[in-house]
Amino acid sequence: MADVAIPRAKPQMSEDSAWTQLKHNRNWLGFWFMVPAMAFLIFFLAYPLGLGIWLSFTDTRIGRVGHFIATENYEWLWDDSIFWLSVFNTLLYTFVASALKFAIGLYLALLLNENMPFKAMLRAMVLIPFIVPTVLSALAFWWIFDSQFSIISWSLKHLGLISQNINFLGDTTWARICVIFANIWRGVPFVAITLLAGLQTVSPSLYEAATLDGATRWQNFRYITYPLLTPIIAVVMTFSVLFTFTDFQLIWAMTRGGPVNATHLMATLSYQRAIIAGQLGEGAAISSAMIPFLLAAIMVSWFGLQRRKWQQGESND
Amino acid sequence: MSSVQIRDVRKSFGNFEVLHGVSIPIEDGQFVVLVGPSGCGKSTLLRMLAGLENITSGTISIGDRVVNNVQPKERDIAMVFQNYALYPHMTVADNMGFSLKLRNAGSDEINKRVKRAAEILALSPLLDRYPRQLSGGQRQRVAMGRAIVRDPQVFLFDEPLSNLDAKLRVAMRTEIKELHQRLKTTTVYVTHDQIEAMTMADKIVVMHDGIVEQMGTPLELYDKPDNQFVAGFIGSPAMNFLKGHVRVNGVATFEGPNGVKLPLKSAPAGSDGRPAVYGVRPEHFTIADDGAEAEIIVVEPTGSETQVFAKVGGEQVVAVFRERHQFNPGDKVRLKPDPSLVHLFDDATGKRMNA
Repeated sequence: MADVAIPRAKPQMSEDSAWTQLKHNRNWLGFWFMVPAMAFLIFFLAYPLGLGIWLSFTDTRIGRVGHFIATENYEWLWDDSIFWLSVFNTLLYTFVASALKFAIGLYLALLLNENMPFKAMLRAMVLIPFIVPTVLSALAFWWIFDSQFSIISWSLKHLGLISQNINFLGDTTWARICVIFANIWRGVPFVAITLLAGLQTVSPSLYEAATLDGATRWQNFRYITYPLLTPIIAVVMTFSVLFTFTDFQLIWAMTRGGPVNATHLMATLSYQRAIIAGQLGEGAAISSAMIPFLLAAIMVSWFGLQRRKWQQGESND
Repeated sequence: MSSVQIRDVRKSFGNFEVLHGVSIPIEDGQFVVLVGPSGCGKSTLLRMLAGLENITSGTISIGDRVVNNVQPKERDIAMVFQNYALYPHMTVADNMGFSLKLRNAGSDEINKRVKRAAEILALSPLLDRYPRQLSGGQRQRVAMGRAIVRDPQVFLFDEPLSNLDAKLRVAMRTEIKELHQRLKTTTVYVTHDQIEAMTMADKIVVMHDGIVEQMGTPLELYDKPDNQFVAGFIGSPAMNFLKGHVRVNGVATFEGPNGVKLPLKSAPAGSDGRPAVYGVRPEHFTIADDGAEAEIIVVEPTGSETQVFAKVGGEQVVAVFRERHQFNPGDKVRLKPDPSLVHLFDDATGKRMNA
């Protein structure tokens, strides 16, 4: 009996073990756990991005299937002075707004990190610009900078400092200043609260040790606070730069890119060309032209984050 | 190096006074340990000495100078923190040289002094590492190195060994003491561990609830504690306390709990019938026929000695023997305290009664 049973069991066992092996293979199992996340990323991120880039190589318009035209859209844009103006505007907007958001945010974070009365309330107040929907705050700024009813012009006139309303959103320079101001107002809380969180991870005993070592308040900041904050600064500024570079809502609600395209950013120009004018291919090309800039910003912060050896544990080099 | 005088120092946080007039003279080159249970004010006092806390009243002087209103960096002191407070983004060398850099010392000078301190502490191979890459004991030594480089008037240590494991703590204890013997810098050391205090100090200051209970050399405190608190705090295992009354009936004895008779060498004048606390250290028991009857509960051999928990007059006491007696739980033995080494405390005030 036993002699018969053994050869019969053998093939069954090997068949069994192949399936069992697969069942117990952690990589195989892990792959299936990753599928939902992968599907999500592919359908909602990779596919639209790929489609956008593909569109930029076609002459698609609203209501008409496009044909592949290679880099013609880009060649057009290369000779388009409005496109180059929007690139300049975007870089100016991003650079000035991010720099000021960082400076003001850091200053606020340092202030809020001090012991003072009503600390919790002040911290909550700083967040207000962040919780107001962007479009609503843009509309408020629109009124604040209105050419006739601006409260700023009204106040300055009553103080006797100016005799005529300032044409905030009608003058190219003023319009740029206004949208940058609005962006800063809106972006500072994010920077301030994130940096404040970073500041609170710095052990107070480090400041005590530095004080005993003879550091002044400025030296405390220069040699302790700032270097310890650099990792979080890199993260927060990457996000800040990305958000500012791709900003759309604020500009569209306040100026729609005007006057004379002085506040057109790449995002607003892309929207105008693609949706308003219906040139989907050209709009997609403008959007795709943002990718190298955004990649560059990410690379900068990536390498900025990599360099700090003191954060890593083991390696001895 | 210089002396430190703490005179009638008080500290209040709001209406809450945590230090009630503390005076401690510290001689030049002395190693003084402030010891006490947590919340006794020892760390606050150290931080006041460093200038990290304001002094509510009283004076602290370093050398001849009253430093109440002197900025921390001008007090010429160096402090080792409990968590070491090493700058995580600086190498060991930069950590140690930071104070010199702030004082605009030349890089040659900084290198020279850092190198010397590193040699003293055996840190030379680690100078290029970051604090994260060091073990607990090495970090501890870097923190000390940072203090040594300064060559200050006074070293302050705030529970520097409490983050280390037991074995390393013993090793570092010796290292710190050796360092002090070598540098002879006045040192104030705060700890809650009485063994650290006993082993390292030239002078121990026992603090409790914001006052100084007693100060003196380790053995003075051990042999002649001023009060029941110091007696119970210094020594491990802790002193046994038995409540009862002093009886002078020709010969002085102590009537302990449930009428158990305990020997006294002599009774202070007029103490007959007074309620008192009889204190005897675990190592001052012997087995003798005229001892008090005791029932053994637990026997804990440690190799070098044996700790015996027993009941005397219904109260639990602990005795330590270096000889190897054969005891079993439940055995009845006779424990006799050495009358010449017995401490007697007033029951109400806790003050020492016998000379």
